[in-house]
Amino acid sequence: MRRRKAKFTIPSKYLLLLLTVFCVIVMAVTFTTDFFAGPLSNIAGFVVVPFQDGISSVGSWMSDRSDELKQLKDVLQENKELKAEIDELTTEINNLQQDRYELSNLRELYSLDKQYEDYEKIGARVIAKDSGNWFNMFVLDKGSNDGVEVDMNVMAGSGLVGRVTDVGPNWCKVLSIIDDKSNVSGMILSTSDRLIVSGDLELMNVGMIRFSQLLNTEGKVKIGDKVVTSHISDKFLPGILIGYVGEITSDENNLTCSGTIIPAADFEHLEEVLIILTKKDQIDEE
Amino acid sequence: MKNNIIIGLMVLICFILQSTFFQTFSFGGISPNLLIVLTAAFGFMRGKKCGLLVGFFSGLLVDLFFGDVLCFYALIYMYIGYGNGLFRRIFFKEDIKLPMVLITVSDMVYSMLCYLLLFLLRSKFQFSYYFIHIIIPEMVYTIVITIVLYPLILFINSKLEGKNQRSEGSFV
Repeated sequence: MRRRKAKFTIPSKYLLLLLTVFCVIVMAVTFTTDFFAGPLSNIAGFVVVPFQDGISSVGSWMSDRSDELKQLKDVLQENKELKAEIDELTTEINNLQQDRYELSNLRELYSLDKQYEDYEKIGARVIAKDSGNWFNMFVLDKGSNDGVEVDMNVMAGSGLVGRVTDVGPNWCKVLSIIDDKSNVSGMILSTSDRLIVSGDLELMNVGMIRFSQLLNTEGKVKIGDKVVTSHISDKFLPGILIGYVGEITSDENNLTCSGTIIPAADFEHLEEVLIILTKKDQIDEE
Repeated sequence: MKNNIIIGLMVLICFILQSTFFQTFSFGGISPNLLIVLTAAFGFMRGKKCGLLVGFFSGLLVDLFFGDVLCFYALIYMYIGYGNGLFRRIFFKEDIKLPMVLITVSDMVYSMLCYLLLFLLRSKFQFSYYFIHIIIPEMVYTIVITIVLYPLILFINSKLEGKNQRSEGSFV
């Protein structure tokens, strides 16, 4: 509007050059500090998030309805099977309850009471997903007003989903563990061998994650073994289920193994997630 | 002024739809790129300056929500908008071929740049995989959406221009 008043227009060539220089400077600044990110994302969150909130609930409502129709038939069939299963499971529960009593005693002995069931959590809804097709990030409808901070872990069901990388007053951004940029230090639950879990775009589309640098233990680690977050990770709380070993191959150097993990969380239909309000560095301080 | 607000609103609406509605209705995890359609369309309809500004702000929105560094996508979108502005002289409203070709090429260029800058530089060399599973599907989906979206943008633009001719107002 300034231009119109003064009857002065910048030729597009120079505007392009100007904005290019501006962009490069801002990129350099944000790469090293987070100077601009705060105020700008506050404004953006204020304007965009309410709309995303509304529209994504409409969208998910519609897709829910269509899914429901499709699933109705399957559900009826499933219902029958499940009823039979219930009987089976009740007997199993009785057995397990005895085991659990024993386990809780043992846990007290080992003072392993810091299981992730005890962490304080809040529920959040996924309101937007990455607009491009290259990465897998999403936006949740809880922010610093609800006590969310950067680096808090996010779970869905019993599985790890990712961690918060950016927070606004009423929204937060989550980098999921299947994202190409993500690396998580994990370990095999049964053998306590450590490994690196890294997202991969190629495997993301088939719902898997890659792991590498697992010590070659000659068949000790089997397909289906549980993979949890390790104790040495500085961003992720220990003992959160990541997934199950899907396939495992020995590396060329014969010292390490790599393969794929089937994540425990369902990333295709992510709607409701839990944010753990405890951070790793807080635990260490205690 | 009014025109700028309307164009700004269109960018906002496209971004919101792209990050919510079209993520729910994505096919095989692929969603269309509405912002490229918008940027390219305003580029060849209203010239270089409008194209680069629309591109800049579209990219900035993406950066704010899903980017690592600010202004990275803004830069890409801006150059795509500017590039499309070069074709304004051979653009006619009645001709649908040029817009389709330009939007397709724009989306292709955008995807290629994303691959080159965000993946190749992290030594991910499986280009053929990304080409077949990400770039081509996104392009096809975007073209399909363009068939619906483009007449709408054209309609809104002709309304805006109609107003402009009467009031001799600004053009961005």
